[in-house]
Amino acid sequence: MSETQNFVEVRNAQKQYGALEVLKDISLTVERGQIVAIIGPSGSGKSTLLRAINDLDPLTGGEVWLDGIQVNKQLPHRQYEKHINAMRQQIGMVFQHFNLFPHLTVRGNVTMAPKLLKGITAEEADALAEEQLAHVGLSDRIDYYPSQLSGGQKQRVAIARALAMKPKLMLFDEATSALDPELVEEVNLVMKKLAEEHMTMIIVTHEMDFAASVCDRVLFMDQGVVVEEGPPEVIFKAPNEERTREFLRKHLAGGK
Amino acid sequence: MDFDLMLRVYPFFLEAAWVTIELSVLTTILGLSCGALGAAARLSRHWYLRALGAAYVSVIRGTPALIQLFILYFGGPQIGIQLDAFEAGVIGLGVNIGAYMTETMRGAIIAVDRGQTEAARTLGLSRFEAFHKVTLPQAFRLMIRPLGVNINALIKGTALVAAIAVVELTYTAQRYIGSTYKPFEMFLLSGLLYMIIIYSVGRGIAWLDRKARIT
Ligand SMILES: Nc1ncnc2c1ncn2[C@@H]1O[C@H](COP(=O)(O)OP(=O)(O)OP(=O)(O)O)[C@@H](O)[C@H]1O
Ligand SMILES: [Mg+2]
Repeated sequence: MSETQNFVEVRNAQKQYGALEVLKDISLTVERGQIVAIIGPSGSGKSTLLRAINDLDPLTGGEVWLDGIQVNKQLPHRQYEKHINAMRQQIGMVFQHFNLFPHLTVRGNVTMAPKLLKGITAEEADALAEEQLAHVGLSDRIDYYPSQLSGGQKQRVAIARALAMKPKLMLFDEATSALDPELVEEVNLVMKKLAEEHMTMIIVTHEMDFAASVCDRVLFMDQGVVVEEGPPEVIFKAPNEERTREFLRKHLAGGK
Repeated sequence: MDFDLMLRVYPFFLEAAWVTIELSVLTTILGLSCGALGAAARLSRHWYLRALGAAYVSVIRGTPALIQLFILYFGGPQIGIQLDAFEAGVIGLGVNIGAYMTETMRGAIIAVDRGQTEAARTLGLSRFEAFHKVTLPQAFRLMIRPLGVNINALIKGTALVAAIAVVELTYTAQRYIGSTYKPFEMFLLSGLLYMIIIYSVGRGIAWLDRKARIT
């Protein structure tokens, strides 16, 4: 296979769970610095697609490329483990339920992977923790444990933890879905800040307003296929597909 | 109740209690080792290790500990295993409690949220690093109390080795009954010493559990 031009490229992704086809030949490209939102009804395969990008849920067919290197390369088991661990260091991921490490402080959460994988010193780790936590506005919580934080704070720490590995790409799987409404904004603000810093991001979200305000492109998925994609102005204001219109009617209902 | 007699024989019971403590400590160490290996086998990626672990657990838990002890001590010499009673006691009881500890440890490990491993792997940690740095420290916390239950059972289980004539608390009581004909006093004395040992260990476990929670 030839190398790709695009920063992130998913080619003909297929995923089956037994007889169930969750992803049916999906292709997706993201340019460096671009922000792509993935929207769609529950069960349409959004998380599966996102988790295929860092091979957390391996595809049953197709390829994923990041910056000229194939993520899901065919390699013997041991070599593959080394390869995928190196790739994952470049791909940050933020989960709906934060998945912070409860036995470590905020500092420990942020610095564990860099210390272990990049061999940085204790002082460098401290500086890194301070820098990343200042970035998400949580400098004063550095020695707290996750159980002592609000949901919004937890998610900001999770973002700082991912950013501490200096990833090239960030994946967000409904980062604000588990939060109380009043805590959503603080997390969205951090994501907007990342957008301004030109971080490449793929964001699975149910928040249409947020998607419209930060994304360069929106992908609408249903039943394992990309029904429609385009700039937010088009997808949200004038979608071509009936299925997209129907989905948006439900999700924007009552609102604007 | 014959207090004079109890006071007279009580030093011998203390010695026996010491043997019970030695048995318990060595059995705990062996049991924890078997448990760790058993749990690792049961959670292995290789089916034959999983099968081996499962077989260990079901054979041991499916037969009386006393029979296991008898097979080892009385049957052992027939297949070339010569052990003295104390050694047979430690090995028999340790391998036995190890099967229960296998299940305790495995339970604690799988009780750690899968999202924890996912988060660690996502950061680039290897399977081993994720287990070592993220899953295991959390599983340790979860296993302290249930392992305490296993250890409690194990200490009481050491009474079984009286049947192969290890001179520990239960055997000592039986021996003094033979010469004094005072089973009430003798068993009471043993029971009291068991209780002190078990209570102390229980406090120790509770302390460990509390300490692990805070940090
Ligand atoms: N491990 C699995 N085994 C079997 N089926 C699975 C598995 N994981 C996901 N699925 C199925 O794949 C489909 C897509 O799931 P996915 O989680 O990707 O949807 P989603 O678009 O993220 O939905 P939501 O908006 O609810 O998060 C669903 O039908 C789901 O039941
Ligand atoms: Mg999902």
